[in-house]
Amino acid sequence: MTALATTAGLAGDTGTEPGPASDRRIRWRSLLSRVGFVLPAIVILVALLWALFPGLFTGQDPTETVAPALQAPSAEHWFGTDATGRDLYARVVYGASQSIIGALVAVLVGLVVGTAIGLAAGAVGGAVDEVLMRVVDVLLAIPALLLSLSVVILLGFGTTSAAVAVGVTSIAVFARLARSRVVSVRVTDFVEAAYGSGGTFFGVLWRHILPNSLTPVIALAALQFGSAILQISTLGFLGYGAPPPTPEWGLLIAEGRNYVATAWWLTVLPGIVVVLVVLATNRLSQALRGGDAA
Amino acid sequence: MSAQPLLSIRDLAVQYRTRRGTVDAVRGVSFDVEAGSVTALVGESGSGKTTVAQTVIGLLASNGHVSAGSIRLTERTDGPTDLVGLSERRWRHLRGRCIALIPQDPGNSLNPVATIGWSVGEALRIHGWKDRAKIRARVIDLLERVGIDDPETRARQYPHELSGGMRQRVLIAAALALRPELIIADEPTSALDVTVQRTVLDLLDELRTETGTGILFITHDLAVAADRSDAVVVMRGGQVQEAGPTAGVLAAPRSPYTRTLLADAPSLARVVERAAPDASVSATGEPLVEVSGLTQEFVRAGRSPLLAVDDVSFTVARGTTHALVGESGSGKTTTGRSIAGFNRPTRGGIRVGGTEVTALAGGRARRAFHRSTQLVYQNPYASLDPRQSIADILAEPLRNFGIGSRAERADRVAHHLELVALAPELGSRHPRELSGGQRQRVAIARALIVEPELVVLDEAVSALDVTVQAQILRLLARLQAELGLTYVFISHDLAVVRQIADTVSVLRRGTQVEHGAAAVVFDHPQHAYTRELLAAIPGASLRAETASLPSVPRKEEVPA
Repeated sequence: MTALATTAGLAGDTGTEPGPASDRRIRWRSLLSRVGFVLPAIVILVALLWALFPGLFTGQDPTETVAPALQAPSAEHWFGTDATGRDLYARVVYGASQSIIGALVAVLVGLVVGTAIGLAAGAVGGAVDEVLMRVVDVLLAIPALLLSLSVVILLGFGTTSAAVAVGVTSIAVFARLARSRVVSVRVTDFVEAAYGSGGTFFGVLWRHILPNSLTPVIALAALQFGSAILQISTLGFLGYGAPPPTPEWGLLIAEGRNYVATAWWLTVLPGIVVVLVVLATNRLSQALRGGDAA
Repeated sequence: MSAQPLLSIRDLAVQYRTRRGTVDAVRGVSFDVEAGSVTALVGESGSGKTTVAQTVIGLLASNGHVSAGSIRLTERTDGPTDLVGLSERRWRHLRGRCIALIPQDPGNSLNPVATIGWSVGEALRIHGWKDRAKIRARVIDLLERVGIDDPETRARQYPHELSGGMRQRVLIAAALALRPELIIADEPTSALDVTVQRTVLDLLDELRTETGTGILFITHDLAVAADRSDAVVVMRGGQVQEAGPTAGVLAAPRSPYTRTLLADAPSLARVVERAAPDASVSATGEPLVEVSGLTQEFVRAGRSPLLAVDDVSFTVARGTTHALVGESGSGKTTTGRSIAGFNRPTRGGIRVGGTEVTALAGGRARRAFHRSTQLVYQNPYASLDPRQSIADILAEPLRNFGIGSRAERADRVAHHLELVALAPELGSRHPRELSGGQRQRVAIARALIVEPELVVLDEAVSALDVTVQAQILRLLARLQAELGLTYVFISHDLAVVRQIADTVSVLRRGTQVEHGAAAVVFDHPQHAYTRELLAAIPGASLRAETASLPSVPRKEEVPA
């Protein structure tokens, strides 16, 4: 924000010949990049608020029949109503908590377990590295959907186990990324200097290697958040997630599938919500990475 | 020579547009380059010298533009051309054919997936040479001209198969391909060893006399400029401080900044005043460091092990400085790291104080050893954790060794900031907010904060500008006198070593070719390699001239 203000302020002062045109271009660019940051941020914020305080956004009950079935979107029912006459907008709003909290759990599982594995492999090296990375290779070799389905079947159906299952599929990616960063940070002069300053292995790991390895991992977490929503929705769609009366985004789309020809809004509108949230997290993840480079 | 100079720059001003507004990188710069002569553009990092060079060849970064002034190139075939505001098409016509660039870093300036011959011939192809046999013949001819042996074979090789000096020769050959009238050499030898630097510069001189090319020579090293240029332009903060014939400017500098540069160049002036160490103490006292028969082999897959250090032995008396001198690959850094306990040698013994360094086993013993021996790294940009504040960086060794309470540690951090002449406010800053010289002071303070007896300085001043280098050298000398420190000083720069070392070991490809008291080794070198190294120190012409003159006054105030 301050950067924009100074650029704009200086553009007014320095009026050299080629100046104004290119200044304007720079101003446009920074404005555009801010729009590209603020819009996704708003989308995520709204989705989070839906998840935390669904009552603030809709007066309707997501599980009660409130109107005739299969009504098209109107002023009263923004997203229309479903086959049993429930308000679709309310179901999408209440579904946010299932999808978003599920995605948070999934990312957390992948982030914590994956980073720990990557950190151990990269920092210890040798046989530990070999064993851990082969395990990760095995995880990578199994298709994500197959892996998450197996985990769900092992843990039992339900929202939490779906979230954990999705998290397990991302462990390998986090571990790989964290390890590659740790391996390159481990050999820097400042890490050696930290050992030279009397640092212990764990002290240096915690104070120098971990913080300096984390930035790309955090960016990946934001990216994974979007794909976790998709994956949880996929599991919901297949019927491995939340049990039917509970609204969940993937489940909503699955339920609407039978009425695509007659009631398009049942699949299209929740679908658009999912797409928007996923795109927004991707965009934010990119901004996180870009912010680090600048 | 025609009345018009080859290149004439008048009142040049260049601005960069950044996030924080417009920055004036170059202001009111005027100078000429004559055909067949060398004009040296001298300045420290950030002085704008590279910006001037980039402007002359039309390769300014996309956020930079010429805001005032003119650059006129008077060329044999095209006649006078104003280079400011030229279209990209005209530039393509000029670049390579009339103006060529020898870039700074030979390591990164050649396409790694193209052969040497292809890279050298690229300019020819761009400028319309079609006949492949003719291009090939010209490339071989050029490689031969720049002194590359067996050019036929070399032309088929890739950059990674050549040494740094060879690559720089290849770049020179590429620049010469179309017989340009103006060559811009941007720090062409800064990344090379001194002896290689000398041969490359000799080659440039030779080619210039043969072809009558004008050279704009960019360098941070006044001594190199003194040896190699006809005219010199001293820049600072984007402005010309002083310009004129090289001999005149350096013999009688008018600008205080030029005088500072001259006084701080270790090859031209005495930078550090040190009291000679007490001879009796160093002769009779137990030496602090004893290295005996140190040998380091590195195992290479599928080949015989590389002998990086071969049977090196020396002792260092308490309170003195021992220099390890040599070019890249001489084993000096490996030796230094072994002394600091970061490297376990294959054979041989190292004793520091009462500790047998090679026998250190386990983390505890190693940590205890680091209380008495510290290492300072070459690159202050890599040796400080970018995520820590300066105060945290300095307090970390104290915390690790459990020295003092929180308040006492804060006091000690403040004291050591003061010791290395940094303001206490800098404690809350992060490394990225500090200049290179300030960072190196922080690194030195971190090494000294645990009050070690021995400090190993691995090229600790090599990456710094001369004035900053001089400050750090003076700081090191002062700290040695005040705290009785012992230094092992690793450097490729004999001019610096001559000023700071009491004893010296000259290393070459892992073997110790000569060692002894610095004065003896430097004044009466026994080994041919030592003599070669000494002869390669730039600035010989100036030293010969100024030898009779009184020394240049130091500590001249320079207006900021």
